[in-house]
Amino acid sequence: MTKLNELGLAAARDALRAGETTSKELTQACLEAIEGAGMLNAFVHQTPELAMERAAQADVRIAQGNAPSMCGLPVGIKDLFCTKGVASQAGSRILEGFLPEYESTVSQNLADAGAVMLGKLNMDEFAMGSSNETSVYGNAVNPWRRNDEDTALTPGGSSGGSAAAVAADLCLAATGTDTGGSIRQPAAFTGIVGIKPTYGRCSRWGIVAFASSLDQAGPMTKTVRDAAIMLEAMSGHDPKDSTSADLAVPDFEAALTGDIRGKKIGIPKEYRMDGMPPEIENLWQEGIAMMKDAGAEIIDISLPHTKYALPAYYVIAPAEASSNLARYDGVRYGHRAKLDQGDGITEMYEKTRAEGFGAEVQRRVMIGTYVLSAGFYDAYYNRARKVRTLIKRDFELAFDQGVDAILTPATPSSAFGLGEMTDADPVAMYLNDVFTVTVNLAGLPGVAVPTGVDRQGLPLGLQLIGRPWEEADLLNTAFALENAAGFVAKPAKWW
Amino acid sequence: MSIDESTAARVAKLARIKVEPDALPALAGEFNTILGFIEQLNEVDIEGVEPMVSVTPQVLKRRADVVTDGDQQARILSNAPDAREGFFAVPKVVE
Repeated sequence: MTKLNELGLAAARDALRAGETTSKELTQACLEAIEGAGMLNAFVHQTPELAMERAAQADVRIAQGNAPSMCGLPVGIKDLFCTKGVASQAGSRILEGFLPEYESTVSQNLADAGAVMLGKLNMDEFAMGSSNETSVYGNAVNPWRRNDEDTALTPGGSSGGSAAAVAADLCLAATGTDTGGSIRQPAAFTGIVGIKPTYGRCSRWGIVAFASSLDQAGPMTKTVRDAAIMLEAMSGHDPKDSTSADLAVPDFEAALTGDIRGKKIGIPKEYRMDGMPPEIENLWQEGIAMMKDAGAEIIDISLPHTKYALPAYYVIAPAEASSNLARYDGVRYGHRAKLDQGDGITEMYEKTRAEGFGAEVQRRVMIGTYVLSAGFYDAYYNRARKVRTLIKRDFELAFDQGVDAILTPATPSSAFGLGEMTDADPVAMYLNDVFTVTVNLAGLPGVAVPTGVDRQGLPLGLQLIGRPWEEADLLNTAFALENAAGFVAKPAKWW
Repeated sequence: MSIDESTAARVAKLARIKVEPDALPALAGEFNTILGFIEQLNEVDIEGVEPMVSVTPQVLKRRADVVTDGDQQARILSNAPDAREGFFAVPKVVE
């Protein structure tokens, strides 16, 4: 018998509507699972009273027969989303004690769709990281372990708490955000589905900003169908975000037919990296075979500027971060350093930011400051923005050839051990995003789908990249891949 | 381009982050690793390419130039580390 917290969104929704369970029971089951999963360090601020209150309201609406799409479904919210009256720290010490006076548009959209928030989820500080190890709360832990080992593994990052919580059935689904791969990499590391929609599909208002031209929110779920349901609830135009698209949101779930006959799937040769583990190559080849068996046409394509995506990203993202994070000055909210006699306002800024930001955030703010500084702006920042134009053009040329979606590996490896990368240089960690970062630079939708396990017993995922605004078609292709792969493995409970 | 300790100190100052002098050599080393990685961009032919301004072709929406919000002093100050008499308080700025 499946426990209630083990259900996905679609299954729970159907059970609620059939009167087989209640939102209060679902929410209670999740709260108990969270209570017993302290070792995963996924939920960092819990809101059980608020959750039970919203669950009770949801049960009334369901009984009345006017339940919206996610009515009564318990979800977790990444700590990056501002939630009214509930701690929202972006995993940083500098926002300790911050209680927003407002609600982010995406979390409000979810609440309006009837979703029940269980609490806030762990993440890398300001979403800067690929292992959840830069968090002020300490790292989240992957519920998956290698065969016959008890080494603690990373759930990936930055949305590591979201990934761990969904994979461990602490919630039915969770929100994530993705600037260079922060939804798709942790989804792949934990055997779940994660989609980053087209830039502008979800409002960024009320989400703590990292790199504004790259940041997008998206759902992290147990199935592709759940991703379709939740993305639709999160999406929509918002006058408070001038980059949010004024486009109708399609019925994503209705698009899931599983029929991809005649679709053209592009396979980019530049994603075959030197030193790529054979298991990743095999996974990719299996995915290609699955698409072909489902009736899709496989086309070899070239995305020649792929290799320059990470270097361009590590100019653009830190540049935008240095500007966005200038607001943390110890004046209006968050941490302020204790000052010594005679300290002026400059010392206040410098001490506050040195105490409040962790090492990786400091490093990126300073790199961003450097590439934007007088004399280097053209050489670094403008050059990176030109390369970004070329990266986007690569994709446009592929889509002009009639390609409907592009299939790639999601990550260059399975989940690695926490602490394993501590002594590596920062660039080694950045390489985690090698397959995902191009998609942010081009503003495209990308989805990670779990399709297999490696010989250590850890999940691996493939990524599908779609045309702009065609998340419906992309999700349908992902649905076909999910059906063909038949991935059902779950981590054995040890926590 | 190689970053020395004095450049690292200048960048830290510009970013308003206090870095102790004994941490500067390691910081300069990390900067050089990251910038070395970024240097690959010099291989790309960018002749005649426009720098990206907006990733999706869109015109930013405009709205009427009217007041839509306000009168929320208490809420705005509610998270301030130091608020006095309806204002944010900071160390003395003018001598």
